[in-house]
Amino acid sequence: MAYRDEKLEEEKVFKDPVHRYVHVRDRVIWDLIATPEFQRLRRIKQLGTSNMTFHGAEHSRFNHSLGVYEIVRRIVGNFENRKNWRKEQRLLLLCAALLHDLGHGPYSHSFEKVFGLDHEEFTRKIILGDTGVNHVLRKVSASFPKKVAEVINKTYGDKLIVSIISSQIDADRMDYLQRDAYFTGVSYGHFDMERILRVMRPREDQVVIKESGMHAVEDYIMSRYQMYWQVYFHPVTRSAEVILTKILHRAKALYQSDYTFKLRPQHFISLFDGNVTLGDYIRLDENVTSFYFQAWLEEEDDILRDLCERFLNRRLFKYIEFNPLLHVKEMVELSKLFSEVGIDPEYYLIDDSSSDLPYDFYRPGEEEERLPIHLQLPNGKLKELSRQSDIVEAISGKKRTDHKLYFPQDILEALPDDSRQKQRIYEILFQ
Amino acid sequence: MLANHANLLQFFSSVEEVVGRKKLQKMIYILKKNGIPFGEKYEFHLFGPYSEELSLRVDELSNLGLINEMKEDKSSYTQYRYTITEEGQQFLTHYENQFPDYQEAVRLLKDRSSRFLELVSTMLYFEELPQEEVEEKVRTVKKKQNYTDEEMKDAWEFIGSLKKLQA
Repeated sequence: MAYRDEKLEEEKVFKDPVHRYVHVRDRVIWDLIATPEFQRLRRIKQLGTSNMTFHGAEHSRFNHSLGVYEIVRRIVGNFENRKNWRKEQRLLLLCAALLHDLGHGPYSHSFEKVFGLDHEEFTRKIILGDTGVNHVLRKVSASFPKKVAEVINKTYGDKLIVSIISSQIDADRMDYLQRDAYFTGVSYGHFDMERILRVMRPREDQVVIKESGMHAVEDYIMSRYQMYWQVYFHPVTRSAEVILTKILHRAKALYQSDYTFKLRPQHFISLFDGNVTLGDYIRLDENVTSFYFQAWLEEEDDILRDLCERFLNRRLFKYIEFNPLLHVKEMVELSKLFSEVGIDPEYYLIDDSSSDLPYDFYRPGEEEERLPIHLQLPNGKLKELSRQSDIVEAISGKKRTDHKLYFPQDILEALPDDSRQKQRIYEILFQ
Repeated sequence: MLANHANLLQFFSSVEEVVGRKKLQKMIYILKKNGIPFGEKYEFHLFGPYSEELSLRVDELSNLGLINEMKEDKSSYTQYRYTITEEGQQFLTHYENQFPDYQEAVRLLKDRSSRFLELVSTMLYFEELPQEEVEEKVRTVKKKQNYTDEEMKDAWEFIGSLKKLQA
């Protein structure tokens, strides 16, 4: 029997708090899960610094990847014998679902920003490079790793396959919304996934939803909207992320100025030098970063030591809302005042903006890039979701943004009360 | 402070006017691929490389009144026209001399259609592949656009001109 068709003698199941069970029968999937690159995902939290706000949010990218695989497995099961579904795409889709987040590193958002990395590029490199994952995929066929990488990268010719993993209603989002809601403990993020899976239909170039499933999709869109503002953009989580980003900035700046670290940051050197290899990247996980943050508590550099202490002991920055347009002059003045009292504004006065668009669509004649969600009417014709749903229409294309300014209030409080600068800083920040 | 916003605003100041969201997306991507340090992250979407971060940031700039977004209804389609506002120019005065000069690249891009820039940006997205494979890939993922050999040739020459500017 060809490797691609090999089944395990007995089905394996992973107990899962969101989907109850994750079922594995394909030998290829089982072998992929066992690779070091996939096991590495156990050491990378799904929500980065969110555990500073929601203490339950300790789940990993490993959990999420298995969850996305399980959802796709169920979708594929429902699609069997349906028009437009090609059975031979099954394994490709399952592998892409399982591996779609393979290139995520620890605290991806901060690392990507500071070191100019791109986790999607590393997903591709892990799949195509000399790795355990590539070895397993190549046993299916020589061209199979490339196909899997293309599906994840959204450049695969068959758009139906791509849309199941990546679209405005895809397996990835359906898993992370529910999983993140479960582990953070919030009451948002719940929707009737079983119903959505039952009403999904494969079309030539995308998945569509039977019209009767519209209300389940409305629920999904609303839960996505709530999760973004209640969980993903939580200001406390962002405060921790701001500090983390500044730790990386500081460590990099010190390295580039020939500072002598007490402990050579071996795992960071190629990141600092901008020539990170696949091997270096794979070795990086949250255990490694935590180790260095602990070690940097002993450093001579006051800023690096302080930022690490804040991150490890959750002594986070405070924040205020601000309007960049109204306050741009005050920002420049604040920055100057911080410098005058010996607080480096580069590391201790940080603006951060978050924006989200819950659902976007384009209509004939408009140029948008996001494929909308289509409802399939009883006569087989398609209709864009917001044209049928008043609820979705109300939030379609609505972008929401907030700007926050982060600073260490404890350091400001320690300044002498009669300091002219302190008085003016307080005036700007709190009045 | 708001460096990414200011960076984009500097682009709107250089370009004076951009017509079309797709064109805006592709111009920034192509500039980014030519070494201009835009922070917005791109992924491959329907029309090639697309940045949701850019889309959101442009909206933020518009909401702040730093750029003007005009929606124009044409007979069979809608288009968006972007220009920097006086407030935007004023905002930029706080960031003088902080950005590289890429006026010449902007001039080259501005004169081209969004269809052409879509082709160029898609080619750049696959730039690590050999030339024949890039063209084959473009024909697969852009089947509907039906790009001609002539357009492909023109796009390669255009990419060459941009690279010369970079050098």
